[in-house]
Amino acid sequence: MHIYKNEQEPAVRSLGPENLLLKGATLKNTQKIYGVAVYTGMETKMALNYQGKSQKRSAVEKSINAFLLVYLCILVSKALVCTTLKYVWQNKPGQDEPWYNEKTQREKDTNLYLKMFTDFLSFMVLFNFIIPVSMYVTVEMQKFLGSFFITWDKDFFDPEIKEGALVNTSDLNEELGQVEYVFTDKTGTLTQNNMEFIECCIDGFQYKYRDANSELDGLCVADGPVNKVQQKAGREREELFLRALCLCHTVQVKEPTEQNQRDGLDQVDGFVVDSEEPHPPQEQRGFIASSPDEVALVKGAMRYGFTFLGLESDTLLFCKGADSSIFPRVRQEEVERIRMNVERNATEGYRTLCVAYKYLSAEEYAQADAGLREARLSLQDREEKLITVYNQVETGMSLIGATAVEDRLQEEAAETMEALQGAGIKVWVLTGDKMETAKSTCYACRLFQRNTELLELTVRTLEDGGRRREERLHELLLEYHKKAVQDAPPVRAGVTRTWSSATQDYGFIIDGATLSMVLNSSSESSSSRYKNLFLQICQNCTSVLCCRMAPLQKAQIVKMVKNSKGSPITLSIGDGANDVSMILEAHVGIGIKGKEGRQAVRNSDYAIPKLKHLKKLLLAHGHLYYVRIAHLVQYFFYKNLCFILPQFLYQFFCGYSQQPLYDAAYLTMYNICFTSMPILAYSLLEQHICMEVLLDNSTLYRDIAKNAMLRWGPFLYWTLLGVFHGLLFFFGVRYLFSNPALQDNGQVFGNWSYGTIVFTVLVFTVTLKLALDTRHWTWINHFVIWGSLAFYMFFSFFWGGIIWPFLKQQRLYFVFANMLSSVSAWLVIILLILLSLLPEILLVVFRKPRGPHARQLYQSVFPSSCLCCSNAFCCCRRMPSQIAVVTPLSYKHLKERE
Amino acid sequence: MGKEEQELANRPDNTAFTQQRLPAWQPMLSAGIVIPGFVLIGLAFIGIGVALFITSRSIQVLEFDYTGVEQNSPCFNCTGQKVLNCVCNLDFSIDRPFTGTVFFYYGLSNYFQNFRKYSVSKDDSQLYGDITYFKSPSVTCSPYDYDSNNQPIVPCGSIANSMFNDTFKLNNINGSKVDLVPLDGKGIAWWTDYNIKYRNPSITPLKNAFNSNTVKPIFWSKPAYELDTTDPANNGFINQDFLVWMRRAALPNFRKLYRRIDKGLPIGNYSLAISYNYPVLSFNGRKKVVFSNVSWMGGKNEFLGIAYLVIGSMCVFMSIVMLIVYAKFKFPEED
Repeated sequence: MHIYKNEQEPAVRSLGPENLLLKGATLKNTQKIYGVAVYTGMETKMALNYQGKSQKRSAVEKSINAFLLVYLCILVSKALVCTTLKYVWQNKPGQDEPWYNEKTQREKDTNLYLKMFTDFLSFMVLFNFIIPVSMYVTVEMQKFLGSFFITWDKDFFDPEIKEGALVNTSDLNEELGQVEYVFTDKTGTLTQNNMEFIECCIDGFQYKYRDANSELDGLCVADGPVNKVQQKAGREREELFLRALCLCHTVQVKEPTEQNQRDGLDQVDGFVVDSEEPHPPQEQRGFIASSPDEVALVKGAMRYGFTFLGLESDTLLFCKGADSSIFPRVRQEEVERIRMNVERNATEGYRTLCVAYKYLSAEEYAQADAGLREARLSLQDREEKLITVYNQVETGMSLIGATAVEDRLQEEAAETMEALQGAGIKVWVLTGDKMETAKSTCYACRLFQRNTELLELTVRTLEDGGRRREERLHELLLEYHKKAVQDAPPVRAGVTRTWSSATQDYGFIIDGATLSMVLNSSSESSSSRYKNLFLQICQNCTSVLCCRMAPLQKAQIVKMVKNSKGSPITLSIGDGANDVSMILEAHVGIGIKGKEGRQAVRNSDYAIPKLKHLKKLLLAHGHLYYVRIAHLVQYFFYKNLCFILPQFLYQFFCGYSQQPLYDAAYLTMYNICFTSMPILAYSLLEQHICMEVLLDNSTLYRDIAKNAMLRWGPFLYWTLLGVFHGLLFFFGVRYLFSNPALQDNGQVFGNWSYGTIVFTVLVFTVTLKLALDTRHWTWINHFVIWGSLAFYMFFSFFWGGIIWPFLKQQRLYFVFANMLSSVSAWLVIILLILLSLLPEILLVVFRKPRGPHARQLYQSVFPSSCLCCSNAFCCCRRMPSQIAVVTPLSYKHLKERE
Repeated sequence: MGKEEQELANRPDNTAFTQQRLPAWQPMLSAGIVIPGFVLIGLAFIGIGVALFITSRSIQVLEFDYTGVEQNSPCFNCTGQKVLNCVCNLDFSIDRPFTGTVFFYYGLSNYFQNFRKYSVSKDDSQLYGDITYFKSPSVTCSPYDYDSNNQPIVPCGSIANSMFNDTFKLNNINGSKVDLVPLDGKGIAWWTDYNIKYRNPSITPLKNAFNSNTVKPIFWSKPAYELDTTDPANNGFINQDFLVWMRRAALPNFRKLYRRIDKGLPIGNYSLAISYNYPVLSFNGRKKVVFSNVSWMGGKNEFLGIAYLVIGSMCVFMSIVMLIVYAKFKFPEED
């Protein structure tokens, strides 16, 4: 940019990214600025980063769609069968138009094919109730109302931020019970993002901020910097070091200053800070920085008594950065002293930074300054030129020391991770941090155990062989693949992590650079092969650590896993803006209400205050939601099937004339009033296993993994059950009606009585079937189940008790009351209800527990369930019903097998 | 204070409902409940089944097909096309006396009273005695809403039109002495049908209500107001035979109540004089008469008793199986 002023040489200034005012920026140190809008509309970062928050659909919804297709086929085939049979049947003489049922002239004139078509459509209308339209309403209600339980859960309330969980979408409740992969951010998610200056090391001497003296590793201990009893670096070095900490940062103080900061304070990874920075002396404590590490460092320096006060004459170049970037720039003989400390600190889980300095003479400074200015002004390759200048200046520096900042783990991070792994969930840590730090966090979180064999695929391992990276990558991938996939014992279906110590656990580490090599390999074919190898390795590892990730790479990884074989359900959890892309990408995105702003929370599906809440969210809420909605879906299909099957069968007995079996009121009310409330209550309140047990036994989560309750097996079971019940209802009443004189006064029953008896059996059976499945009877369940049945009775009396003026036909007039006056009708109703439910009861009693954990389940569920509950009503003798029923009988089967 | 209040406002309610901790009853289907339950249900079912079975067995039924398809059947002559006012006599004898009230049914087979078109072919407003619908019957009655002269038919519709019109007279033949057995036609239809659902127009004499430009159903020989000449209260829409017919049967093979014989049928020879009017051969139908007495469970129906017995024994059987399984796997271990 050229600046023209009156009668002056045009000044040239550089414009760089630092001159961009980003959205939401506020003017601080100046009254006004002039600006030009550069990126507008769709070119803005916001628009470019907008991933088009695609509709997230849960696996349950996909299952519903598949089932719906099956039922559509059933519907169409039923209509087709009836239409075909109708015309076959009518071909027999005397059947088409008996004298007592003459057709109107119009009917006689209608084209045969048109008649066939209208017949087909009529059958479709007659059987359309098989498609559970009301299920969608109920599912939506269940999801909406059910999600309140997450918001209401007081365990999710965090007294620190005074907030509980937040539900942004209620569509994915059940998906929480299906998670197979958890992608977690490290900083702020696994760790608190609450940096604390722990120790520093100056010239190889270790200083630790402590109140009490203590020996440490034979190295020097500082009880505050003032104490100089023992071996120490020289005071000069100490001062230099602390001065570096004071100066070399981007920390801004909260109070507005009018000083014109001439030289841009560089970013974390930048190095140059001139010491001649005018900085007003500060008394306050408000520090703002782009990186929380720096705040911690400055605060740490302040504790040592160093605050920035004034200017000095010498020009010093201070440089602060990760060990990998500092070590090459300093004299090698200094490195060894520090390296040991840095590495020890890194393995302890601290974030380390190294500090180096260099004296600059006046010319050198001027030269560097000019070089920089020139580089900034260049229009092409500005970055490269800048880096060259920096590199020129930052050579031959002398290392003063290193700092260690602790980023503490979140509360119960390790317990949560352990529970997730116990639940068969694979945890991937995706972080921008460096490998050592991330690795130590993983160890601290128990994601990597002591016996876990780590497979590293990083730039460092790639460079080991001294060969081309590509080749080395290929070689390593094959080697790891052999180790982790081929040599691994075949994993039993559904169980991905074994508990026995015999099998080796693998952990996988990859860094961003290598990942991009894997994903964007030069040739197309090797790329997909690498990707496959990489995925297979990762899937056989218990945990995977991806470090040095760009935000977009995080999303890439999530996408890759999401689209891999078996399309596993993924969950991303993060707290910062850099996690947004992966939160949006994963099936379920969870935001942590952390310190890095609200971005993640706003883009997430669920937001929780702390990582530890994830355990309850998945293991308890997710599990229950899944079981509830799965049962709801199956039950809805079932109840509509056995509702409409008798109507279908009736067509065979009424000359395929589309005569409905049930009265119109019953047809409409069945799904709306008579059978909807109990299932809704069930789907909101059911706890087949109580929460405490679910939380204590994370393995229970595996029982519902892979959409276990909505696969074709259970669907077939429910469908067959529906068919069985439908057949039973219809033919049971049909044999009763072989003699329609069912009353003791010899009078006979007609077709509406027939339908009403079937319908009564139906309503009672489906309601009682649900009652049988209910394991958790709250007063609400009692109320709606018995209330529904009572309402049915009441409605039937009422509906049949009055001549309704708006009805053309009084079809049900006193039909219900007459039915109840017949002993035979009572007996057949009781008989059919019991006969429908008895096999169910037998099945429950005889069912063997499934899965390898059944025994463990028994042992863990039973003793603990009786102890764990504070509530007297709760838990004791509780059964996980649908999943693995351990009744005394089936328990014996189990014993026998062993 | 302010802070605390804010915290309280944000903190979720700690109620049993919101925390999903409502006190709940957790029933468990254990062997200890299921086995005795099955035994009890089984025994109860067997008891009911035995009672049903015995009762059903004690019900006497006499059934005669009088369609006249076979050459030797008494009504064979009546099946010809041009036979009018044909009367045939069905002779039978009773060896065991029918005790109690004997119910006299007629039965039709392969007759679809449950055709959809047929079943809606009536006008309930008409049948409720609303005279305005006499002039304009419901379209559902078509093609029996107006006759060829465009006169409204009352009662309109296929159901009324196809009313069963065979009549029966039962004679007790004692040597040369022929006694007419009194048949009671009262109370064969539902009480509510007779008293509430169906009504004649409140015009006396009834004839006047119909005479205003209405015609009788095409297949009827007599108009509705002359269905029973002996009893004026049994005419029009509340004629008991009409009501019985209008309550459509559920299945194509059905029986309907025709008359009651209150004093039962003693041993002897009987002759049933049938005036054969109702054609069924065109659609391969069958006609029959049934004499039966009823019990508390209604007419004879073996299905219910057998079903109860079978289910009851199955329950007992299953409970024995469960007991064996239970004993086998439980008791050795407890030692």
